[in-house]
Amino acid sequence: MNIKPGTGAAGRPVPLIDGIEKVTGRAIFTADMETGDSLVGRILRSPVSHGRIVGVDTSRALALEGVVAIITGADCALTYGVIPIAMNEYPMARDKIRYRGEPVAAVAAIDAATAEKALALIELEVEELPACYTADEARALGAEQLHEGKPGNLEREVHHEFGEVATGFAGAALVREESFDCAEVNHAQMEPHAALAEYDPERDRLTLHSVSQVPFYVHLTLARCLEMDSARIRVVKPYVGGGFGARTETLNFEIIAALLARAAGSKVMVRLTREESFLTHRGRPGTRVTLKIGLDAAGKITAVECEAVMAGGAYAGYGLVTILYAGALLHGIYRVPAVKFDGYRVYTNTPPCGAMRGHGTVDVRHAFECVLDRMARDLGLDPFDVRRVNLLSAPMFTDNGLMVNSYGLGDCLDKVQKASGWQERKGRMGPGRGLGMACSHYVSGAAKPVHWTGEPHAVVSMKLDFDGSVTVLTGASDIGQGSTTIMAIAAAEILSIDMGRIRVVTNDSVITPKDNGSYSSRVTFMVGNAAIEAAKALREKLVNAAAKTLEVAPEDIECEGETFFVTGSSDRSQSLLSFHDVAIAALAEEGTITVKGTFSTPAEAQGGKHRGGAVGSTMGFSYAAQVVEVEVDTDTGQVRVDKVWAALDCGFAINPLAVEGQIEGSVWMGLGQGVSEETRYVEGLPAHANFLDYRFPTIAESPDIDVQIVESIDPLGPFGAKEAGEGALSGFPPALVNAVADAVGLDANFLPLTPDRVQAALIKLRKAARNKEATS
Amino acid sequence: MKRIISLRINASPVEDAVSDNMLLIDYLRQTRGLTGAKKGCDGGECGACTVLVDGRPRLSCITLAVSCEGADIQTIEGQAQNGRLSVLQRAFHENLGTQCGFCTPGMIMAAASLLRRNPSPDDNQIREALGGNLCRCTGYVKIIKSVRMAAQAAS
Repeated sequence: MNIKPGTGAAGRPVPLIDGIEKVTGRAIFTADMETGDSLVGRILRSPVSHGRIVGVDTSRALALEGVVAIITGADCALTYGVIPIAMNEYPMARDKIRYRGEPVAAVAAIDAATAEKALALIELEVEELPACYTADEARALGAEQLHEGKPGNLEREVHHEFGEVATGFAGAALVREESFDCAEVNHAQMEPHAALAEYDPERDRLTLHSVSQVPFYVHLTLARCLEMDSARIRVVKPYVGGGFGARTETLNFEIIAALLARAAGSKVMVRLTREESFLTHRGRPGTRVTLKIGLDAAGKITAVECEAVMAGGAYAGYGLVTILYAGALLHGIYRVPAVKFDGYRVYTNTPPCGAMRGHGTVDVRHAFECVLDRMARDLGLDPFDVRRVNLLSAPMFTDNGLMVNSYGLGDCLDKVQKASGWQERKGRMGPGRGLGMACSHYVSGAAKPVHWTGEPHAVVSMKLDFDGSVTVLTGASDIGQGSTTIMAIAAAEILSIDMGRIRVVTNDSVITPKDNGSYSSRVTFMVGNAAIEAAKALREKLVNAAAKTLEVAPEDIECEGETFFVTGSSDRSQSLLSFHDVAIAALAEEGTITVKGTFSTPAEAQGGKHRGGAVGSTMGFSYAAQVVEVEVDTDTGQVRVDKVWAALDCGFAINPLAVEGQIEGSVWMGLGQGVSEETRYVEGLPAHANFLDYRFPTIAESPDIDVQIVESIDPLGPFGAKEAGEGALSGFPPALVNAVADAVGLDANFLPLTPDRVQAALIKLRKAARNKEATS
Repeated sequence: MKRIISLRINASPVEDAVSDNMLLIDYLRQTRGLTGAKKGCDGGECGACTVLVDGRPRLSCITLAVSCEGADIQTIEGQAQNGRLSVLQRAFHENLGTQCGFCTPGMIMAAASLLRRNPSPDDNQIREALGGNLCRCTGYVKIIKSVRMAAQAAS
């Protein structure tokens, strides 16, 4: 079967197949599933940032009428965590509390008022310990240690060196080094966290509905923490109101809901408030990046040295992957002959960080693109040209073992340079206005899954039945990115059938095949390929059945739309079979047909052999370039983004409408991190835990984003496709900072560019200019 | 204390006993089973709970149900007629004005109110009218386009 991109369903803009549910309000999210018989679960959280638990007395709370169950850290002695070698978190604190807001107990009661009253009656006695809130405090000599065996509060350090770094710098015409402070940010997905757990003590069975991006990990974690046979657990993911990485690991409230349901022998809804959703965190860690680049006179990179220090919060979570990504993705976008990376992931007494869109790469890419831009200026080179002289040529392997199979960055540069009017407008924008640009990339699925079992990376099942309908069964988690629609398009394209014939059933562990989940932009690439394989298997059965009916060989069968006929027959109508006719003929052989397709990542895509070498490895990278136009008010420090031009190489746009939506959304999330988003803690107390103080841009502050799609046709991608939802994010903050430099001459080394910070920096800049004038 | 309120929800007259302190969103979701309006925040910050009260957008999470005595309430569930999408719903669906869908009911209700007041808004008027409705998926680009397309389709 010959698959060409763009021959049918694939490549045309398609509205989401579950979009009608979303615009009518019929889409059911976890919190919508509360019924009259659900108990209300509430969590008691620590009022201190660091302390030793002396006692948790629940007796008064238990005596309250309407309280059905209370659980504490004593009810779960098993740690959990997404990385098998770094599970150091309990669903509720035992012995030690490590951040303000950490769960210590939970109540299931007949209603919310009773549950809250019960929380107030639980007596928590804590012996407070000194706390560290920043990476510097945590690394300081004599700092209180958060975890045993982790001196200096160092969760993980990474030291990688590829190529001759010292020689590279020695041979450079220009070397520049700068440090950048990038604030911690949060996903702020619109749907607050929620989980509905139901336990049947008669059958010893547990069902959990949750907001997860990775229901399979949740399933494994529940089995571990509840010490249950995983066969007795069912995990269902309903509609999910955004993820962005917040839900790529099992979260404490999911385990707590399950523990409460079991303790109560009942159904318990745990719906977190927005404040609690912020306390659960897992966002991008605050990071200090020190980055040094060497360039030759033509602007070619000779060496790169980078140090990243991340304040990771109180538990390991994804931490070691985050710090490894930061180093690994210094590679794979430009030709970098020598790279040294030193990464430090540090424990702090704040909510744990985790994976967030552009996992690990954003702050490092930010520093890189800012320094490169400043060096272009020093050398009198155009920012576009300094990128162009450093482009890769695919296929190739990077020095750290990453496979680059397709590479459309050059086209991205051309497109945004032209669309933005760069050559005509740059430097001629008038006072306070400027243009800046930057490039970025991201993986299309981590080539090695977190839970390595040797299984295929993705499995999709398809069912064809007597009614002529095709049902696609997948565990891929649609969190709004449109993966369910991609499955339908893949099936429609390969089977050459109408989308209306296809239904996609997702994310119910008793029905759908296991999937590793929606993280690292893996779904379109891996699950898309598995869907193609399943559809091809089904197609083969259909062609065989048509051949048998028409008494010809299978290779003589041709398809056009939903009809089958004999190739080259002079009168097609004599040999014409409809899809439904063929389906019935195929079923006559074996009854209801179920097929499956799988996808496994090739060994050569799985990264270098060095320690941590699997992180960053992928089948294909997306590439993006963008230009940002800003206006800076030099009195107030207000930075306004007027327009963005972005181009992204997604290999092939299976659904161009969704690709545009992903690029717009990721560029805009970069905008938020660039201009206004940051978490702030006052002695561990979050000062940002609501949507007024955590300032992501409203529609009023959001510019028009011009999007262009570049299609490099990846040799391994489904129809040639790669990822589209993360790659453009990390280019925005540096393009913004570079635009501000163009506008007002300020090289900002901080994120976000809030008015107070920008104003202070501008004052400092003016003072320095005056001093220089006075001394000269 | 509870009292009886009479009001219209999506054109149907209803009567219910509600507590004095019951919020409109809880009344809609729990008593009436209309879960389209969403709770995205802890009160009045995100707009996901927007419904129309006598034609004007209101945050149902900071509105008391008892204050709606005699009012005409419209929610996302009442926008489609005989199962056919409203012009706005169709525009949001076809132009990808919705990704995860969580903010969508509130966004569409706020936009419906705008188009009633101003059938052909420009982009800045759309931005102003939807300024209280947060979305984390779309960057708002296709939301603005959806409202613009709905206005064009309706004219």
